[in-house]
Amino acid sequence: MFVMRILVCVFAIAALAGTTAYAVQPDEIMSDTAKEARARDLSRELRCMVCQNQSIDDSEAPLARDLRLLVRERIAAGDSDAQVIDFLVARYGEFVLLKPRFNPHTWLLWFLPPLALAGGGVALWMHARRRVKPGTGDDASLFKLTADEEARLERLIAAEPSPEQKT
Amino acid sequence: MIAEAGHYALVLALGLALIQSTLPLLGARWRDAALMNVARSAAIAQLMFVAASFAALVALHVSSDFSVVNVFENSHSMKPLIYKVTGVWGNHEGSMLLWVFILALFGGLVAIFGNNLPLSLRAHVLAVQAWIASAFYLFILITSNPFLRMANPPIEGRDLNPVLQDIGLAVHPPMLYLGYVGFSISFSFAIAALIEGRIDAAWARWVRPWTLVAWIFLTLGIAMGSYWAYYELGWGGWWFWDPVENASLMPWLAGTALLHSLVVMEKRNALKVWTILLSILAFSLSLLGTFLVRSGVLTSVHAFASDPMRGVFILLILCIFIGGSLSLYVWRASALKQGGLFAPISREGALVLNNLLLTTACATVFVGTLYPLALEVITGDKISVGAPFFNLTFGPLFVPLLAALPFGPLLAWKRGDLLGAAQRLTAAGVAALIGLAVLWAWTGGGSTFAPLAIGLGLFVIAGALSDVAERIGLFRVPLVTAVRRAGGLPRSSWGTMFAHAGVGIALIGIVCETTWNSEFIRSMRPGDVAAIAGYELKLDGLRQRQGPNFHEMVAQFTVTLDGELLDKMTPSKRTFTTREATTTEAALLTRGASQLYISLGDTSGDGTIAVRIYHKPLVLLIWFGPVLMAFGGLLSLSDRRLRVGAPKPAKSMRGLQAAE
Repeated sequence: MFVMRILVCVFAIAALAGTTAYAVQPDEIMSDTAKEARARDLSRELRCMVCQNQSIDDSEAPLARDLRLLVRERIAAGDSDAQVIDFLVARYGEFVLLKPRFNPHTWLLWFLPPLALAGGGVALWMHARRRVKPGTGDDASLFKLTADEEARLERLIAAEPSPEQKT
Repeated sequence: MIAEAGHYALVLALGLALIQSTLPLLGARWRDAALMNVARSAAIAQLMFVAASFAALVALHVSSDFSVVNVFENSHSMKPLIYKVTGVWGNHEGSMLLWVFILALFGGLVAIFGNNLPLSLRAHVLAVQAWIASAFYLFILITSNPFLRMANPPIEGRDLNPVLQDIGLAVHPPMLYLGYVGFSISFSFAIAALIEGRIDAAWARWVRPWTLVAWIFLTLGIAMGSYWAYYELGWGGWWFWDPVENASLMPWLAGTALLHSLVVMEKRNALKVWTILLSILAFSLSLLGTFLVRSGVLTSVHAFASDPMRGVFILLILCIFIGGSLSLYVWRASALKQGGLFAPISREGALVLNNLLLTTACATVFVGTLYPLALEVITGDKISVGAPFFNLTFGPLFVPLLAALPFGPLLAWKRGDLLGAAQRLTAAGVAALIGLAVLWAWTGGGSTFAPLAIGLGLFVIAGALSDVAERIGLFRVPLVTAVRRAGGLPRSSWGTMFAHAGVGIALIGIVCETTWNSEFIRSMRPGDVAAIAGYELKLDGLRQRQGPNFHEMVAQFTVTLDGELLDKMTPSKRTFTTREATTTEAALLTRGASQLYISLGDTSGDGTIAVRIYHKPLVLLIWFGPVLMAFGGLLSLSDRRLRVGAPKPAKSMRGLQAAE
């Protein structure tokens, strides 16, 4: 299925009419290493909007380059990380964030994984409680045969010739 | 002529599939052995016709018959032979044909090797298999016919997309499909069990090898695809949490859970209802993956299929099979009798915990993949869910999973002794703590997370080893006895050890690569030297080279470590003339499990070239882990009890001998 993802990149390149660009290019890198590191971290959280689920840090599309330069421009202008993010969201919408913000629209998205775990855990607990009835002790219920099984055992024992008879 | 024959063979396969999907069911109802046996011959004949159809398409591609649209659009007469063959499934129509070919292959294998199955179970399984096959034959014949001719054949084809012209295309899609489609067998067994209303430990023993085969291929397919993306895309990423990757990860997670719950069912006759549900889910997620990738729903412009007809058709197949099987499940599952009881702290309990965490992880990927689509359809809002989301939600689920993993095999069935298991894991825990402390000191406390995660990985590996050591009594009995016991240990125990150790190894690789990856991005001119992670890479020069259907620019680097010459690396950039597209061919230098990675960027007017060099410590462990898992699966598959097959009820009571 990576075939698809590879293809998508090709489409992004095709938009450039033959010239390829890179993920982060040498001429983009900021001289201040601390700021550059911040820019890289931010880039990993931002989506290249013409690509399929690629961050601008990975993408070869020209739009991604523009966004990378924009991020560095804002950082150079003294913005905090949150301000850079706000600036990009104001400009391009929530779509640009690879990690969706926590708001009513995404509650379900963020809550479902922990709810699934908790729900599964509770279901298991209920199930275990129902099957091993409290009071009778699990020892008894684990190792006691049901009436059915007792009857079957009787039949089997009756059907089998005893060892003394055979030898 | 070949095209028409291939087309006709596919139509005949559809006819056979329709027979196979009805007559055996009637036979099972009327208890007519002859009718039930129709399933067997129909499945084998179906396999032969689909194979003929597939062979016809391969022949068309190899002979470059451009009067066939599919060949014209995806091939070129100058293309190397191997890519002419792999190009068959490098496009929508061809890959769907491969899909049904593999489906028919599995059906045929059940028919051939299913002699020890009860007749009615085999009839049901093959009939369900044929329902799936019929739906997909119809899909291909109506919406995606690969044998379509064109009126005025052109002289030359449009060539295969250059990035696909790689050995990866020869291996990755067939492996992945063998995995995806392989889960159709456990699905068919589950539906057959629901229809018959009967399921027992023998059922689990029949299903397990098929599930294991599918799981092995899926594991290798995903790992292979990840490595392909790593070296082909040119920035060294290996997992992107992309919807198409998630589409293959979800069946893998469900399939892994299924493998473990099948163990419980086989040994203890418990978790029946849950195992049936997992069998249905694993294949449903495979179908969902096929839908996501093949319908073009993810990105309407970028996907292979831009024709909405295809999307709607697959969606219909998806709804009928998933909806139908889940309805059948709700209706019939309560009829299945519950099996053996167990205490929460027991082998069964540990496997239930494994299932809980794996299915939650699967649900997380499911939500993250489909939520943006659903939100856009319902409210029109566009949001993105990418790697940062999954790292936050999916990652934490694996911590308890991996921490609990070594305990599982050490617990007894029915009622385990947690303290005892912990005592037997003391050595593994100590090894992990030592590893953690050494790493901590060595890296100077740079990252808190990485040493902890690696410690966890070491614990998993050491835990897997101590399980086997415990079983053979290593260090407790004389070495000779231990070795003899090791020889007598069932292969599935060795399989468990390798597969579990593989998980720990993959984790270590992932953590090392993401934490200590170093990179060098600069414009270089011939004679310049790049220094990275102690290595020195000198750019010797650039030259042009002509390939069969491309020309490329090759750069040569000389790599030295501490002044000692190691090797030369030659990354290149290829330009494919027909499509005017370029690809980057990264150069890789493997040192142990670590790699140096160079890929080239643009040249500029002043004679410099943009170069990206990465040093990726222990990166190969990321793929070595899954390979080890698959190897473990293979060992388990060769276990005696699976080879011998399910136990048959004794013919007469006379066969029963008292144990002396």
